[in-house]
Amino acid sequence: MDDTQRIVMTGIGLTAPNGNNLEQFRQNLLDCKSGVRHVDIRYMGKQAAGLCDFDEYKFQSKKLRRRGTRAGSISIYCANEAVKDSGISWETVDKSMVGVYIGITEHGNVETENEIFEMHQNNLDWKLWSPHHNPRTVSNSPAGEVTLNLNITGPHYTLGSACAGGNVGIIQGVQQLLLGEVDVALAGGISESPQTFGIFAAFAAQGALAHHEDPTLASRPLDKNRNGIAISEGGCIYVLERLSDAKKRNAKIYAEIAGYAINSDATDFVNPNSERQVECMHKAIKRAGLKVSDIDLVNMHATGTGTGDINESKAVRDAFADSDKTYINFTKGHIGHCMGAAGALELAGNIPSFIDGVIHPGMNVGELDPDCVIKNLVFNEPKLVGNINYILNNSFGMLGINSALIIKKYTV
Amino acid sequence: MTASNVRQIVLDIISDIAPDEDVTVIDDAKSLREQLDLDSMDFLDIVMELRKRHKVEVPQEDYSKLATLESCVSYLSPKFA
Repeated sequence: MDDTQRIVMTGIGLTAPNGNNLEQFRQNLLDCKSGVRHVDIRYMGKQAAGLCDFDEYKFQSKKLRRRGTRAGSISIYCANEAVKDSGISWETVDKSMVGVYIGITEHGNVETENEIFEMHQNNLDWKLWSPHHNPRTVSNSPAGEVTLNLNITGPHYTLGSACAGGNVGIIQGVQQLLLGEVDVALAGGISESPQTFGIFAAFAAQGALAHHEDPTLASRPLDKNRNGIAISEGGCIYVLERLSDAKKRNAKIYAEIAGYAINSDATDFVNPNSERQVECMHKAIKRAGLKVSDIDLVNMHATGTGTGDINESKAVRDAFADSDKTYINFTKGHIGHCMGAAGALELAGNIPSFIDGVIHPGMNVGELDPDCVIKNLVFNEPKLVGNINYILNNSFGMLGINSALIIKKYTV
Repeated sequence: MTASNVRQIVLDIISDIAPDEDVTVIDDAKSLREQLDLDSMDFLDIVMELRKRHKVEVPQEDYSKLATLESCVSYLSPKFA
């Protein structure tokens, strides 16, 4: 294939509840170090959640942090770290040919909830409603903050795609590069979800909010006694380029995009559909020109809900029935559910396996749910498998959005 | 409330709105926008904080009276009386 039609990942910037760069994040995944802890949530009190502790002022002034949002702050941190990591000469890059594509689960709930809270604290004085509310809550806001911060004049927008956001953001970046709309894409996903009480209350109302007296055990996908989702924030943004451009500047290449697919269940607002998930994975594999047995590793979406994990386990069993060499892992036991960031972050956590041949385990499986038994599932202990060439990353969301993204080890 | 108290109230608000600025070097007679990195949205924030913290209302037609620290004190002092 022509190098102009091959898209590669040349920079990674991330923040997760258990790490603020790829090296730290990966090590904590291998060591089964959780980033979930108890935090005090408005009205509800102590809840298990994953918060990030990156330095908000590393790339942003205090004033602009105050003017913007937590989602913007996470995005700015990740974008700057990604650019720095890529080694690209930022001063000489044509900023009109840089695009920012960020997947989000939702945006604006945090700011709206805070404004309503403040109004209630002040006798419903509506004149206290902030003039910043609109620019903070327009749905392009997190991506727009990145353009302001990095002086990018190319396109920017977010991709509203529930918890498939991380994969969808990357896929959008890939497509825009292939179309020639941009030369550099800053693409991935972010989430600030635990900053609002509403998401906790809603998952509690659904009976799907994770809880445990030890918060590090609250998120336990595929465990028989799992009780829901630990809500987390985070972000992961990649520098994506055409291989031809990456070669010109002798860039370090983490991985190459091999294939992807997005589809819809068209069955339910919340409950997943394993048949559509299989179709999504198979469509991505076909688009990559691969067989199912070519996939060495699958990162499951696996959120820790009863229905979600059982459906996806069935989907993965069915999708890879013809492969004995495909290993399966998951990441939310370590970091909780980072919502719009989940897909991009979890993919990043597996990328180092191209180099070290080790699969990080899914953690917190005390007793594997019999309905979640999957061939070659890696849990609780890392597994050295040697050569890993293809990784398929699942990321699904409400309203039945499914995404599967396949990356390959880059070889000259 | 003394003029000094009112001045401190305004400075406290500016410090929160523009936390990167050194408010100890402000010349009371000079335009705040000339000395500090403040834009029109920041002035809206100042008005908002006066209302939230001190129940002091500044109508839109009076916004220009917040141009300098000196004019802030003259304008706001009667409202804190």
